[in-house]
Amino acid sequence: MDKRILQKYPPNAENLLFALHDIQDAEKENYLSEEDLKNIADYFNLPLSKVMGVATFYSMYSLKPRGKFIIRICESAPCHVAGALNVINEFINVLGLEKVGETTKDKLFTVETSACLGVCGVAPACMINDVVYGNLTKDKIKQIVDDLRAKGGSNV
Amino acid sequence: MFRTHALFVIDQNTIDAGAYAVKYELEKEITNASLQNEIKVSETGSINLIGKGVIILVFPDSVLYTNVTVNDVKEIVNEHFLKGRPVKRLVLSESFDIPNITISPAVETTKKQQRIVLERAGVINPESIDEYIATMGYEAAGKAITTMKPDEVVDIVKKSGLRGRGGAGFPTGLKWSFTSPLPGEKYVVCNADEGEPGTFKDRLILEGDPHKLIEGMLICGYAIGAIMGYVYIRGEYNLSIKRLQKAIDDARAYGLLGKNIFDTNFSFDIEIRKGAGAYVCGEETALIESMEGKRGHPRVKPPFPGQVGFRNKPTIVNNVETLSNVPNILLKGADWYRSFGTKNAPGTKVYTILGKVNHPGLIEVPMGITLRQIINEYAGGMCAGSVFKAAQIGGSAGALISEKMLDTPLDYDSLGQWAAVLGSGAILILDQKTEIPDFLRSVMKFFEHESCGKCSPCRIGTKILFDKSMELYKRKLKKQEWEEMLNIANTMEKTSFCPLGQSLILPISSADKYFKEELENYFL
Repeated sequence: MDKRILQKYPPNAENLLFALHDIQDAEKENYLSEEDLKNIADYFNLPLSKVMGVATFYSMYSLKPRGKFIIRICESAPCHVAGALNVINEFINVLGLEKVGETTKDKLFTVETSACLGVCGVAPACMINDVVYGNLTKDKIKQIVDDLRAKGGSNV
Repeated sequence: MFRTHALFVIDQNTIDAGAYAVKYELEKEITNASLQNEIKVSETGSINLIGKGVIILVFPDSVLYTNVTVNDVKEIVNEHFLKGRPVKRLVLSESFDIPNITISPAVETTKKQQRIVLERAGVINPESIDEYIATMGYEAAGKAITTMKPDEVVDIVKKSGLRGRGGAGFPTGLKWSFTSPLPGEKYVVCNADEGEPGTFKDRLILEGDPHKLIEGMLICGYAIGAIMGYVYIRGEYNLSIKRLQKAIDDARAYGLLGKNIFDTNFSFDIEIRKGAGAYVCGEETALIESMEGKRGHPRVKPPFPGQVGFRNKPTIVNNVETLSNVPNILLKGADWYRSFGTKNAPGTKVYTILGKVNHPGLIEVPMGITLRQIINEYAGGMCAGSVFKAAQIGGSAGALISEKMLDTPLDYDSLGQWAAVLGSGAILILDQKTEIPDFLRSVMKFFEHESCGKCSPCRIGTKILFDKSMELYKRKLKKQEWEEMLNIANTMEKTSFCPLGQSLILPISSADKYFKEELENYFL
């Protein structure tokens, strides 16, 4: 892990959430490793247990390696009534996974579910990394996965 | 001077539909046609129109194009921009309320919404501080800071009757008046951790008019004597974060944030704090904990944040929409504000209306309007083939209401008579195809996931309620167990630490009251 990322912030616990975001974003596998957490705890002069507690509380942080593209499918009520369950199943099928939370063997995709993403106007919706995809249908899901897979080799 | 302005509506929905690709293409074609000195392409925030693809507003012609693709661009340039003939097949055919843009007085007649908070969304470029200032922006802050005493500012807000738009509806001026006299370091925190399912009003305010929030915070900061403001914004709202950060940087460059604002002794600055995905952080004390770099567990109240908040200093926590109401109140006065809405709930409310209606999206209307009016007059009526069955108002923590409540005015007090709440203003319309048990299990799953685990009534209660609602959905629940669910939710209401656990009673008891017949069919 690149410790220079941490040095952007004064070593004050108020900056812990920012640091966790930035370190996770810089990790190739989109997660916080034990080593990362130890380094962060050292830098902020906090017990490791406290950093671990924060990292496990918020759903945007992961302690497990994840794919290059993190697919976060909304399953809150507005998306649920618009067919979110079908969307989840379709992503899992298209990617050849067994259940939510898994990562594809090529380490490109991880499927997660999420609470409301605030894009209910285009339900059912998901976010893949920073991008919102809405009005999801079977065809659109396949197209999205194909496009991302094609881009997979490059730095997206 | 440009003869024509083409405004791209840029929000998460239009970006998803390919707005940037179309914009790029349009700019290219305009240059190809040598019109770059006549036609100005700019970006604007969201208007009340969702699910219509890429949207372009053309002024002064007042033409609204929807579902525009890259392939349509050439035709728009050739036919409309060169020959003055709008491309009819892309013009929205249904009547639609175009934002009240001052460029064209003719548009005003189509105005039906009453826009106070969203007056500039879809009108100005949210990334331009000059456009904000040109439309009376920062006038209110200037007036307050240079000509009024802090107490007078608190008084106007108090007299306006503005109530918190985050859900609880607490009178804003009153909240400020508790903190204003306290000595020492104080803070303003804007709650932009919008996580209530079905709610995205704050996102559209932030994306459409970020300077308005900054101005509202500036006024609040002056009124209570704060030194610093923070916007706690959910981590998923990338575009909001980007636009707000730019707005803060620009305001600082113009001397509207920082030291000695308007050459007075008042100094105030704003920083963004980014959330990381936890619904409970929308609760003000949990939000403060999170800002301090901790798990988002709510604190004991009292003391309220107004006395002991961020860094244990007096802190005003207000919602984005609440603070965005403040500049106009200062500029136009409390009486003007009270001329909208009802006596106990003055002003307008921004609703997000979703589900089986023709125009899902965002609307701003006076408080006290009925749900039937919202569906028929603002949301284009029910979708073809859909019959109104139920609505959930106020997000997942809100009550389900049935057809017989369609004519109840939507404000804090009238909904109270039906044991419902206005909450965040999310309105989810369900039709005859939605089964109430299926809906309930989704709501319960949300709470089971989002319970922070601090107190046992909520931690254990949400789990039991989710399990039992799954059984209900699978028709394996006995009637007696449903009564138990009600009991548990009731206990949670009385004993949970924060509103998260306290509010599950609403969806369950309202389902029991208004949809009992359907539930009976599911009992074992």
